[in-house]
Amino acid sequence: MIRRRTALVALVASATLALTACGDGTLEAGKNLDPDKLTIYSAQHENLTEAWAKKFQEDTDIEVQIRYGSDSSMGAQIVQEGAKSPADVFLTENSPAMTTVQNAKLLAPVDAGTLAQVGDAYAPSSKEWVGIAARSTVLVYNPTKISEAELPKSILDLQDPKWAGRWGAAAGGADFQAIVSAILATQGEEKTAAWLKGLKDGAKIYQNNIAVMKAVNAGQVPVGIMYHYYWYRDQALTKAGSGNTKLLYFRNEDPGAFVSVSGGAVLKSSKHAANAQKFLAFVTSAEGQKMLATSDAKEYAVGKGVASDAALEPLDTLQAPKVDPYTLNGPKVIELMTAAGIL
Amino acid sequence: MAALCVLPLLVVGFTAFDTGVGAAWDLLWRPRVGELLRNTASLVVLTVALTTAIGIATAWLVERTSLPGARFWRVLLVAPLAVPAFVNSYAWTTVRPDLEGLAGAVLVTTLSYFPFVFLPVAAVLRGLDQSMEDSSRSLGLGPWPTFFRAVLPQLRPAALGGMLLVSLHLLSEFGVLAMLRFPTFTTAILEQFQVAFSNSAGSLLALVLIALCLGLLTVELLLRGTMRHSRFGRGAARRALPAHLGAWTAPALLGLAFLTVLSLGVPLGSLLYWFVAGDAQPDVPELLQTLGSTLGLGLGAGLITVVAAFPIAWLIARRRSWLSVLVERATYVASSLPGVVIALALVTLSVTYANAVYQTSVVLVAAYAILFIPRAMVSIRAAMAHAPEELTDAARALGDSPFRAFVRVLLPLTLPGTLAGFAMVFIAVSTELTATLLLAPTGTQTLATAFWSASESIDYAGAAPYAAAMMLVSAPLTYLLLRSPDEEPAL
Repeated sequence: MIRRRTALVALVASATLALTACGDGTLEAGKNLDPDKLTIYSAQHENLTEAWAKKFQEDTDIEVQIRYGSDSSMGAQIVQEGAKSPADVFLTENSPAMTTVQNAKLLAPVDAGTLAQVGDAYAPSSKEWVGIAARSTVLVYNPTKISEAELPKSILDLQDPKWAGRWGAAAGGADFQAIVSAILATQGEEKTAAWLKGLKDGAKIYQNNIAVMKAVNAGQVPVGIMYHYYWYRDQALTKAGSGNTKLLYFRNEDPGAFVSVSGGAVLKSSKHAANAQKFLAFVTSAEGQKMLATSDAKEYAVGKGVASDAALEPLDTLQAPKVDPYTLNGPKVIELMTAAGIL
Repeated sequence: MAALCVLPLLVVGFTAFDTGVGAAWDLLWRPRVGELLRNTASLVVLTVALTTAIGIATAWLVERTSLPGARFWRVLLVAPLAVPAFVNSYAWTTVRPDLEGLAGAVLVTTLSYFPFVFLPVAAVLRGLDQSMEDSSRSLGLGPWPTFFRAVLPQLRPAALGGMLLVSLHLLSEFGVLAMLRFPTFTTAILEQFQVAFSNSAGSLLALVLIALCLGLLTVELLLRGTMRHSRFGRGAARRALPAHLGAWTAPALLGLAFLTVLSLGVPLGSLLYWFVAGDAQPDVPELLQTLGSTLGLGLGAGLITVVAAFPIAWLIARRRSWLSVLVERATYVASSLPGVVIALALVTLSVTYANAVYQTSVVLVAAYAILFIPRAMVSIRAAMAHAPEELTDAARALGDSPFRAFVRVLLPLTLPGTLAGFAMVFIAVSTELTATLLLAPTGTQTLATAFWSASESIDYAGAAPYAAAMMLVSAPLTYLLLRSPDEEPAL
């Protein structure tokens, strides 16, 4: 019996040793982050970021490492890291997260040459970051559940009680924050608060844009608010989540026709600032933007003279409201959404 | 270790009141908080009631009746622990895409969590002395009154322990509730961090969660009372004779089969469906790499957590004082918080005071240890109750050094419980989501985060291999849980 126990103890001890030994690989401090490489914090689509980084690395011999996250949590992580942030470049899907980092005074001005590569509407007046892609707000609807005549004319119509329980939105996500920002920028505080109240009382809240689209596709709600590219991507693939749906663009400079800008920026604390600027210049160059247009991202290219994916409604026909992305107000939007009981 | 658990709580407290007491009050005293409170409370009450009923009923069937194939059923009733709850909800939304809200949340969490009650109750029933029931019957009580008056009270500590575990899990559950569109404090906190990160609102909501957790701990302590559950003196326990089910055999088997179909059949079936119909083409090298980092983190965190839990468990079991109880309970509070709250506090702490380890596995493993130490402690403590202190004393009296006595006597005796604790932590780590997302070293993904990012884009086929890998990793470990000690796993 004693012998068996001793054997057992020996077994456990050796197992422990073995485990600690192989645990060492993962526990080694600082192993994964190489301070000599250009570090990109990216909330953009992984495939696209990966493709950009790979091509950039090939062309320039500058080594790149990427950390992925979601827009707001990554933006806030950079704010928490402050001047000690290991990040050199920050790429977002939307602009409010970028504004958060900018307001914390952590961004360096973008090179003039880079800004010149992008259409004026797609860079902020602050010049501290630059547009790298764009996405349009759309209404997705299920024609078997609602006739075209019944569709809302404006995103603001959805606050009407007659829409209660009949529309979906991913109100808790970072993407939605940009749409609310646009409503705030074009309509003012009071009207935004009223619209948000309508959202709280009447909309079904989903986890994200895709969940909204699927709910509309399955007929759980007749209409939903989302961004265009989820629909085009699903259409290009299996149509499993969008086969029964169509898109409505609000146009007429309606806040629901808002085109949101994905941003790229260089951090003030970057130790590879010159290379970081080079990376942004590459992403916004004709070559970088063509990579975007031909990728499966289905986002709009924002580089001057670069055509977006031909499947999309042309960007210049969307009649988006004119909003300086720099003025999109994150904290105020949060305040209003909190007051409305959505957050 | 206790300090490590308390530190993030302090950071949360300070952040919460960053904006001042007035603003904090406004944020707390609003209809949304009331709504979250109602949701969280109804989820806890309903799920705890259901898991308790199912846990006790199945434990009694397996351990105390003439049920055919009891050993087989025992394994099937523990196996749901290998199915992470958010994988279960993904499976259920495959079968019923319209599943949502309170009903959906209660269904999925009940099916995922009932083994937490089944395990300890079954362990007690297995070792129960039948003489109490004999006395009850000889005093003229029928079988049912005997069950309620002589058996049920003896199950109270074990059932309460299980119920506490279930409720703490529910407080910090995120994946299931996000998928099924049922907002609770934890999902709201996550939204706050996603949308308004540096805002103190998330921390304020976390404070409410801490208060709820303290409430639960107090209720558990009160319900537990001071009743003594073991016999006086050594005596000889009479092993219980199984109750004859007779005509009830068929319904009992049907019920268990039904439960198994719901708790195991649905997740396994859905996975199979996504593998076949979803045309899953897993990126094998990436899957293997992800599996590797998950195993590494699970082993590392499991070991460190068990090592840290051992002295606390020893203090509680052998040197019980108000201080040791306080330390023990403090670890529960930290573990009831969503991972993201602990993670955020650790980001702040490590960036400021330990920048060298920031974004390395060190901080991540620390977060795991903080989040999961109660699970290890519970099992180790139960195992210690099983190991008479006199044996260690005897070893010392025979000339062993304290260390040698520990290695030769205490460690082997507590081994099954310690391994069970390790298994619990390992399973929890391999399915942890929100802390991992924030703290994992750049370029490291785990099975849980890979599964989540695929399922977030509703790419069920792409998520399936990761879900399957999570279940395969956890399955052998649930076996360790079955072998944990028979004694009351006093929580």
